[in-house]
Amino acid sequence: MAHDGKPVVSGRKFTSIGTRPLRPDGIDKVTGRARYGADMNMPGQLIGKVLRSPHAHALIKSIDTSAAERLPGVRAVITAKDLPDLTGGDQGQMDTLVNTMARERALYDGHAVAAVAASSASIAQAALKLIKVVYEVLPHVTDVDEAMKPGAPLVNGGVITGGVTPKPTKKSNVLIRHEFGHGDIAKGFADADIVVERSFKTEATHQGYIEPNACVANLGADGFGDMWVCTQGHYNVRTICSQLLGLEQSKLRVTASEIGGGFGGKTMMFIEPLALALSRKANRPVKMVMNRDEVFRATGPTASSSIWLKMGAKKDGRITAAHAVIKFQGGPFGGSLVDMGAMACFACYDLPNVKTEGYDVFCNRPRAAPYRAPSAPMVTFATESVVQEIADKLGIDAVDFRLKNAAKDGTKSSYGPTYGAIGLRATLEAVKETPHWKSPVAPGKHRGRGMACGFWFNFGGNTSVSLAINADGTVALAYGNPDIGGSRASMSLMAAEELGIPYDKVRCIVADTASLGFNDITDGSRVTFAAGLSTINAARSAIKVMCARAAKTWGISEDAVTWEKGQAKPAGANAGKFEPLSLAQIAATAQNTGGPIAGHFETFADSAGVSFGTHIADVEVDEETGKVTVLRYTVLQDAGKAIHPSYVEGQYQGGAAQGIGWALNEEYIYGKDGRLQNAGFLDYRIPVASDLPMIETVILEIPNPGHPYGVRGVGETPIVPPLGAIANAIAAATGVRMGDIPMSPPKLLKALEGRAR
Amino acid sequence: MSHVHVTTTVNGDPTEFLCEADETLLDALRDRLNLTGTKEGCGSGDCGACSVTIDGALVCSCLTLAAEAQGRSIGTIEGMAKGDNLHPLQQKFLDHAALQCGVCTPGFLIAADALLKHNPDPTETEIRYWLAGNLCRCTGYDKIIKAVAEAAADLRRTA
Repeated sequence: MAHDGKPVVSGRKFTSIGTRPLRPDGIDKVTGRARYGADMNMPGQLIGKVLRSPHAHALIKSIDTSAAERLPGVRAVITAKDLPDLTGGDQGQMDTLVNTMARERALYDGHAVAAVAASSASIAQAALKLIKVVYEVLPHVTDVDEAMKPGAPLVNGGVITGGVTPKPTKKSNVLIRHEFGHGDIAKGFADADIVVERSFKTEATHQGYIEPNACVANLGADGFGDMWVCTQGHYNVRTICSQLLGLEQSKLRVTASEIGGGFGGKTMMFIEPLALALSRKANRPVKMVMNRDEVFRATGPTASSSIWLKMGAKKDGRITAAHAVIKFQGGPFGGSLVDMGAMACFACYDLPNVKTEGYDVFCNRPRAAPYRAPSAPMVTFATESVVQEIADKLGIDAVDFRLKNAAKDGTKSSYGPTYGAIGLRATLEAVKETPHWKSPVAPGKHRGRGMACGFWFNFGGNTSVSLAINADGTVALAYGNPDIGGSRASMSLMAAEELGIPYDKVRCIVADTASLGFNDITDGSRVTFAAGLSTINAARSAIKVMCARAAKTWGISEDAVTWEKGQAKPAGANAGKFEPLSLAQIAATAQNTGGPIAGHFETFADSAGVSFGTHIADVEVDEETGKVTVLRYTVLQDAGKAIHPSYVEGQYQGGAAQGIGWALNEEYIYGKDGRLQNAGFLDYRIPVASDLPMIETVILEIPNPGHPYGVRGVGETPIVPPLGAIANAIAAATGVRMGDIPMSPPKLLKALEGRAR
Repeated sequence: MSHVHVTTTVNGDPTEFLCEADETLLDALRDRLNLTGTKEGCGSGDCGACSVTIDGALVCSCLTLAAEAQGRSIGTIEGMAKGDNLHPLQQKFLDHAALQCGVCTPGFLIAADALLKHNPDPTETEIRYWLAGNLCRCTGYDKIIKAVAEAAADLRRTA
């Protein structure tokens, strides 16, 4: 229902944009030729392996690597002593260094303590067993509420909390307190006819990318290095690895492999600095590939959370006040991204009085990494649960209640900025038109329907793109963001559109770090927006050159030439009468008119449009087992402008599936010993094909004025609403309102039994 | 360390390799035969990214010893297209945008091919349960299921 070819931005009618051509990397990916992280080998390479702490919290008294070093085939063993000491410098760099390799303390189960490079994987594995580490086990804490209690074990020695006055005198596990909001919540609650308050907890989840982290590093005695890395941001790999190893950035060239999923998890550094350090010590290339156990124990899961939320409304359905206290643990260094949670919590609503408080808490768990709209799913679960409860208690339709309070153009957001053109109300209005909402829940026992809204900020950032016109009239387009879900197709479409040539004349590549200016990570739903904006502008800069070449050929002024449908033309009758020159014709004679033709564009893109979506879920609850089956699911979201609609739908469907997994099943389970008990895909069960229904999608297009074609990022928002939508559907089916995520069979069964009593 | 000498057939080609006695078929395919289209996602038989066939039977190559390939016929993703001609499943995966990152795709294609050889006219539910051993984290499976169903219909028409 969304793609009827209607013009969207300034009445522009697109030729390529909005079509669904095959992706340029498609054949390689269906034939097994595409090269991912672990598919690369360098001549003479060694295999690197990491020894990890079995303790949640321990002092490292000593590490004896001598026996490992003596094992034939072992070429290098490293510990923290082989990495520079960044104490007293930038704290973020220091945290990354310590997370990469433990120094005085092991801070979580799975924390790296030593690494080996050997001539084979089996020798490297054998060498790990010869390393003797003496630990003094310390008390640990893995739960956010426990970590905030007085007397809790101090993780990493604890910290003086920032963001509170007066400044505390004693150390705790709370790194910092954040606060956002406006208005007077006390007055708002006094004005309310109904007030609902509830507490929620959500467990940590993992991004669950199917390809484990992998890299190959080569750092020679001359100080020049090359890396092949499965990462969301190879420029960032260069920056961090250069900092941690004391290298000049120009001496380290990083090439991004094809990436087998990331979802935020591959924005962080784990084995990459170790591979470089091992390579430097052994003077050989070193390949490192994590196994799945390591991915779960040592790479970043999300924060886990504890949330208290209170909301008040008038009988007519207008929300008068909202208040949330949000506690996130994000591992032993802080950085749980609770600030983003506190900002996103009420972002969907137009609230006169609102306050959110966020606490960033240390625990003995792996350092949290971003996961698709990081922090928003947890807080939105809480918000949408309470919003629905109030609507139900007031007897107001779920869509109407949200429409009455939905943020719109001109709303002062709960986190500060005032919104421009946004699409939340459009998604809500479109809900009523979907076949899903128009038809009742299919008949059956214990079935119910829920809905929820969701928000994400979206990001732009540093971007550099280069576009060369080849002599045969084809185009080489280079951008600097790993293609995580079809972005080469989107870039090619935008270049083709702007140049006025067919899509298949553009060859788009992800360039290495030596080839372009700095590019931020593939994150924040930024690539189609920011790299797309840069591609369009790079095409425009090439068009300017081509017009100048045509002007030179015709002997007229550059101003008298325009570009239309892939051709340079005289701008008007006064410019003279010349046959148009096509891109291919101009390219063929370029060496006679001034040499090669190229365009490029560099920017810090700061005009990403915020994103909103609304989801509808029908579920069935098996009241004997507590198992929830999703019967039907619809995603509605504003894309601004869908460049390649199939991949926009793919983002909607994939994000929804991840959210459903989070809602119903996925969780990090820790034992009393502080060790992760389910570090594998058997026990950490992500949704499989038989768990899900088809996922219907509706793409709305409310153009982002900050992009030439109106694009908004779409990748992250789809994971935000599912937790709330499913919780609301379960409440409709059973009358039980769940406060804990995941709403797994044991938890739901317990809640159902509680209801029976 | 003594090695095992294995004589086998891979994608129709007579093939020999030496492997360690405890080496998996996945490692032998990837590291010794340079057939890196078969992926390791978990190493424990939970994700299906390493799916291959042995004498036509679908297996996880991470749970199979390389030595078991002796005298058998191994099928991997590299053998699925016939020259320039993609298998209908490969073509439908492209047409339906049934892949995002693509790392699970070889395993899905091998598993779906095994399904269609076993059951040329599967229902949506049958497709979903057959492919429940293959994890995809990107797509939510929707487009994969549609691609398999359409490839099945195409194959029935040309059979």
